[in-house]
Amino acid sequence: MSIIIDTDICTGCKRCIPACPYDALAMEGKKAVRTPACTGCGACLDACKYSAISLAGGQGRIKMDITGFSGIYVFIETLGGAISEGSLEILGKARELADSDAASRKTSRVTAVLPGHALDRMPEELIALGADHVIIIDDPRLAVYRTDYYTRVITDVIREKMPEIILFGATPLGRDLAPRIANRIKTGLTADCTGLSLCSKDGILLQTRPAFGGNIMATIVCPDNRPQMATVRPGVMRRAKRDSNRIGTTETMALTLGKKDDLIRHVEVVENTKDAIDFEDARIIIAGGRGIKGPEGFELLGKLAAALGARIGATRAAVEAGWISRAHQIGQTGKTVRPDLYIACGVSGSIQHMAGVMGAGRIIAVNSDRNAPICEMADETYVGDLFSILPELTREITERKTTAA
Amino acid sequence: MHIVVTIKQVPDTNEVRIDKKTGTLIREGVPAIMNPEDKHALEAALCIREELGDVKVTVLSMGPPQAGNTLMEALCLGADEAFLACDKAFAGADTLATAYTLAMALKKIAPVDLVLCGSQAIDGDTAQVGPQIAECLGIPQITYAERIKASEKSVEVESGFGAVRRRVSADLPALVTVGKAINRPRYKTMKGIAAAFRDKGVQLLTSQDIKVNPGRIGLTGSPTSVKKTFVPELGRAGRIIDGGPETLSLGIIHTLEAENLLPKS
Repeated sequence: MSIIIDTDICTGCKRCIPACPYDALAMEGKKAVRTPACTGCGACLDACKYSAISLAGGQGRIKMDITGFSGIYVFIETLGGAISEGSLEILGKARELADSDAASRKTSRVTAVLPGHALDRMPEELIALGADHVIIIDDPRLAVYRTDYYTRVITDVIREKMPEIILFGATPLGRDLAPRIANRIKTGLTADCTGLSLCSKDGILLQTRPAFGGNIMATIVCPDNRPQMATVRPGVMRRAKRDSNRIGTTETMALTLGKKDDLIRHVEVVENTKDAIDFEDARIIIAGGRGIKGPEGFELLGKLAAALGARIGATRAAVEAGWISRAHQIGQTGKTVRPDLYIACGVSGSIQHMAGVMGAGRIIAVNSDRNAPICEMADETYVGDLFSILPELTREITERKTTAA
Repeated sequence: MHIVVTIKQVPDTNEVRIDKKTGTLIREGVPAIMNPEDKHALEAALCIREELGDVKVTVLSMGPPQAGNTLMEALCLGADEAFLACDKAFAGADTLATAYTLAMALKKIAPVDLVLCGSQAIDGDTAQVGPQIAECLGIPQITYAERIKASEKSVEVESGFGAVRRRVSADLPALVTVGKAINRPRYKTMKGIAAAFRDKGVQLLTSQDIKVNPGRIGLTGSPTSVKKTFVPELGRAGRIIDGGPETLSLGIIHTLEAENLLPKS
């Protein structure tokens, strides 16, 4: 289906011109006309106040021309002069997808899109970690994230490069930015994906995510619109192995702002609350749930964690009871983790919580209830009173360390 | 000043159960509730009304007729007016089509100075509809608000934005999405309930009323579709170990040793 402009109705008001994400509308003899760049995305339909723009074939489903789109693009998020870990994980996944595209359909090339300021050696870093190409948009006005300017920058990249796929981190920033872009260019967006793969039949992106609080997984597709857009949950994918000899190219693009791109009056960072809990490189995580019974229980976990060199996690129930800060929360509404060993203490095993630890190497549970759901979701469950088991375990480990030393 | 709060009626996901045989949701008997964060958004709107005085608070939802019950609840809590975008043609909408429909409804009930939304809904967890409405309307968005200071002309918001806290301000009209940390929603009062049922009601908006482009709404206007659903495979070996604290403690130590995770010093 394609776009039709009725020149009898068109008043030449030019409202549709900036609405086109692909710069495919032009003025000719005081009337709007489509240029060959038109993808038929339909973004101009609502811009016309006079209903001069319509779809050929009536008011059915809008079908874009998706033939000109190719490549996997990854939006790179930076903070305090560093690339976010989540962006590197997505880059690793994009690399894996590109390498899996054996038939070299359309997605064998990975481009990192890097907006910001004072980006230093980040492009080299991105190439070493899987990018074939890096688009750098370095501008002091991009130093602090703001929705309006970043939306402009990324839609400009999409217009110029026409990506087949573009991925963002499912961070507050990514989830602020990606929907705004998806709406401007009128394409689909899947939130908070925990699985991505390419369909072996048609190469389309299969985007899997939890829904209904993690009770069910849904695989979402965007068959008829491009780019295929998704935000990806941090902590789920793995970054690629660094290869300093990898070859890649870079290019710079400029930030060009129009009058309508100034929506925010003022933005400032008032506080760095940098998460105190870094689960990413934790080999062992010890988590407490409702069965921990209170803040004192977490002190017990703290002693064991100190002896083991582990980090402390918590279920939503424990966080909402006020026993420990939200930074520790693991699960559907908290962090996703993948340690070598997850020790769940007094955790009943709700789906919401377990969805966040699916990737753990081994899960062991300490629980007084042998019928709790956790018993089926752990590799092994030690049935007993954690208030006597944990101190004993801490004592034993400390003793062995002293003996060894 | 006119504030519109968008509200979604959702199944209480804490009560959702899965039919393990078919891999589908058992919706029967699951209570429909007002999306929790939307309740916080409504509370924020009511607080602004109390602070500034001359403010009208309207609630807007898209959904089947029974979503009207949730809007009635909002009226009982103190909202002045309620609209439900309700039409078979709206069904099956993804976030793009939903945001478009709500944006067109907002244009219908304009002028609107401030749109407040919950950050995300507990059934879909996308957090996409708020920003998408803002883009449809061409107005600024500020997400994840934990504090809102509104005046007649502008809004200043403090947000928890991952590793940083941000302060963002914008001129009205604007859209703000709020999280749970912003306030504690009030309870219904007898007076509020009586006033809602006596003087207020839910007004329906059909696709005709809000002049939508049929290619942009419902299933037709949704670029994304669900290819399949499945129950997450969370089951593991499930070995049960019994014994006294010493036995169990030793068992855990053996596992740590086997995984080479026991600290040497």
